[in-house]
Amino acid sequence: MNATPVRQHRPEAESETHSISLLLNGKQVQLTVEPWTTLLDLLREHLNLTGTKKGCDHGQCGACTVLVNGTRINACLSLAVMQDGAEITTIEGLANGDQLHPMQAAFVEQDAFQCGYCTPGQICSAIGMIKEGKAKTRDEIREQMSGNLCRCGAYTNILAAIEQAMPACQGESRE
Amino acid sequence: MNRFSYSKPQQVSEALQQLSDTGRFIAGGTNLLDLMKENVARPSQLVDINALPLNKIETTQAGGLRIGALVKNSTVAYHPDVERVYPLLAHAILAGASAQLRNMASTGGNLLQRTRCYYFYDVGTPCNKREPGSGCGALEGQNRIHAILGHSEQCIAVHPSDMCVALAALEATVHVSGPSGNRSIPFADFHRLPGDTPHLDTNLAPDEIITAVELPPRGFAENFAYLKLRDRASYAFALVSVAAGLELNGTSIGAARIALGGVAHKPWRCPEVEAALIGKPATEESYRMAADALLQGAVGFEHNRFKIELARRAIVRALSEAAAGVNAQ
Repeated sequence: MNATPVRQHRPEAESETHSISLLLNGKQVQLTVEPWTTLLDLLREHLNLTGTKKGCDHGQCGACTVLVNGTRINACLSLAVMQDGAEITTIEGLANGDQLHPMQAAFVEQDAFQCGYCTPGQICSAIGMIKEGKAKTRDEIREQMSGNLCRCGAYTNILAAIEQAMPACQGESRE
Repeated sequence: MNRFSYSKPQQVSEALQQLSDTGRFIAGGTNLLDLMKENVARPSQLVDINALPLNKIETTQAGGLRIGALVKNSTVAYHPDVERVYPLLAHAILAGASAQLRNMASTGGNLLQRTRCYYFYDVGTPCNKREPGSGCGALEGQNRIHAILGHSEQCIAVHPSDMCVALAALEATVHVSGPSGNRSIPFADFHRLPGDTPHLDTNLAPDEIITAVELPPRGFAENFAYLKLRDRASYAFALVSVAAGLELNGTSIGAARIALGGVAHKPWRCPEVEAALIGKPATEESYRMAADALLQGAVGFEHNRFKIELARRAIVRALSEAAAGVNAQ
């Protein structure tokens, strides 16, 4: 993955950049960022990792959900500079070569999407939720996934996919 | 988002020194960055406090619990001591926001989050909180989510936190540090009513930092309820919420705590009403009396008058659930 140069901002604006390192999808990367760049914009605009989606950009929809040190967060409400030293996993980092992550495979099998825009966030969020280990029943999964909206209304199949993938994901997080 | 400078100090003293007049501390960032994207907040400097040593949950000598200001909301909610001794706090936290936001949001930041009043967020409208003297868009505007208690002609916004409603009921203490040293603020004195200074949400000085929130030993773990009523079942702010804690002597009330959320500029409590419940039978009639007393003087606006009756019923239900011990483990 090649880091593209940081975009130019208005010449009158104060120029300040910070050097950060991330373990991004298993690869160590060194980057120079402006402090006002969100983690979401760093991923999408600077690193061309457009799998993570920008929905509302205000932490209300969950489309930008990524895993930071294994924990699910909204990438739109975090500054890239604040993540210096973190391990970040996006939807692009889940598959093992051509082999889909069990959660990705379950979403395909259960037809757990329509337009697909919320899907990367749903999948990262579901993986984070299973690692948290607090959702066991269907109602608990619904509650714990309420930070990920699906405007196509594919919730029934999203729930089915998460339930299907849960045993395989639990095995994985024990390893 | 506006341009700003950024630094990440390692110690509280260093953080206090670095903060300029137009700078802000940032921890989770879930509210501040949102406000910056809306141009409601335009700090010239962000001091990232995530490296400060304020990330522990410890038992106090008094037998209470001290929660560091940087501990994440989800970590507090799932901490074994919180689940065991202060389940009211755990329930309140888990009733708020989404799992992702709870994983990011800090304890101190939760206390300092700003109202979600539409007019406060919309820089194209007047708002005395955002721009003192400009007027209040909510008074005669869309005010379904607004206050029924403690409001002023200048501001009818409500405090949005669930966690703070539980902390008020539990009589927490807020520990802060500033250039002139440390001090402790009782929770009831931390947030302010709007009066004619609605731009001030709290009594924390601009050059101070929250270091911890301390809970006294009494947790009401046997008889408590956090009841939150909202427009959808999850991931929505409260129209009305009630944090209730009771201690029972047989069938009569030994001690009571009631705090309301979604109805005022701060978590709403009336210690006199709680005191009046002591010795009364743990019955619906007592709870109705308390609810009437708590809501005495409540005034609604065009779209939120329903909140008065909603709050009355919510108080009765929360106290009934608490007395029945339906939430105790």
